[in-house]
Amino acid sequence: MTLLLDLALVAWLLGLAAYVVAERDERSAIIAFLAFGLLLGLGWVRLAAPDVAMTEIAIGGGATGLLLLRAEAALRGRGKHEEAMTRAGKLAVALGCAAISGGLGYAVLTFASPPPTLGPAALDALDPTGLGNPVTAVLLAYRALDTLLEKVVVLLALIGVWSLAPDQTWGGAPDVKPALVPEPLSWLARVLPPFGVVIGVYMFWVGADAPGGTFQAGTVLAAMWLLVMMAGLYPPPDTARPALRFVLAGGPALFLAIAFLGFVAADGFLAYPDGFAKPLIVAIEAALTLSVAAALAMLVAGPARKAPAP
Amino acid sequence: MSGVADIVTIVLVAAGVLLFVAGMLGLLRFPDPLSRLHAISKADNLGLGLIVIGLLPQATSITGGLKLICVWLLAQLSAATASQLLARAVHRDRAEP
Repeated sequence: MTLLLDLALVAWLLGLAAYVVAERDERSAIIAFLAFGLLLGLGWVRLAAPDVAMTEIAIGGGATGLLLLRAEAALRGRGKHEEAMTRAGKLAVALGCAAISGGLGYAVLTFASPPPTLGPAALDALDPTGLGNPVTAVLLAYRALDTLLEKVVVLLALIGVWSLAPDQTWGGAPDVKPALVPEPLSWLARVLPPFGVVIGVYMFWVGADAPGGTFQAGTVLAAMWLLVMMAGLYPPPDTARPALRFVLAGGPALFLAIAFLGFVAADGFLAYPDGFAKPLIVAIEAALTLSVAAALAMLVAGPARKAPAP
Repeated sequence: MSGVADIVTIVLVAAGVLLFVAGMLGLLRFPDPLSRLHAISKADNLGLGLIVIGLLPQATSITGGLKLICVWLLAQLSAATASQLLARAVHRDRAEP
């Protein structure tokens, strides 16, 4: 019975992926991509990886889909210069994609059986970190360097978006509010954020011991902030505002500071002193959650559209 | 006791699934956006509600059950708002041309 469900899920995923690629109308393709992210999340749940499932649904489906929709809306009606792709160009793209898919498929099919795993090792080393969720231990203790670089990449993406602003609005506020805010939207923006903030903080807090964590919590918080900004209840901040930049850089900066502290107090870069691992990890996660939330919300809000306040 | 709980779950979840199927049929077969919206919002609210009530006897803790109810309430809140926004957009498009 579950095999039937899994096969249906796989067929659905493949069909939807083909639709996203083949669909000519960009908006329909993006909406299908959003649904694809949700289904992929279900797939990860079936593989017993709830942490990945939540990240996939929040970032891969929700946030990325929203970014694409905003980009599509910005380009719509601007008279895209459609340069038809040459046959050779199309062929090159198709060959590149086929090579990657074939290579991945080959790698998966040639896995030793049973596949090599670091799972038991990750569980054995869990005690000194004081954490209960091995995924969080991997992200913030064993492979903390990867996580640090990941968060810096999000900031780099934000700098890329911000640098699209023309000179006269540089440092000003983005514009996310529609000309006319529908009443149901402003009602939702008043009712939902209190719940959303509680859920976001909860997701961050249980991340130490159960599925959850910075990226998932940050996405929920970012969504709540965007809702408030889109309903016009509170204007988006100037991108040059020191408080905003402090929150954005705060997470990675604290992470880096604690990493360097490892030279003095522990064995080296990114090593936590004995007995202080859990409080340090929770402090880093708290700062990172706020940074991720601010960065994602500002990414969706887009480049500055209004002149900065003097 | 668990036998009764299982029967309650099976009956209510089956009823919820039936509502979802009906809503999906309406979404596919109804002629205009407003009636399609009508069909799918019934499935969303009542169908999900029945499934959540059906799953409550299976909850292992009180907080687990409360989380299920929260999921239902939040889904209702967002579905109702989204329906209103879509219906407004349809209404505006009709009035304009």
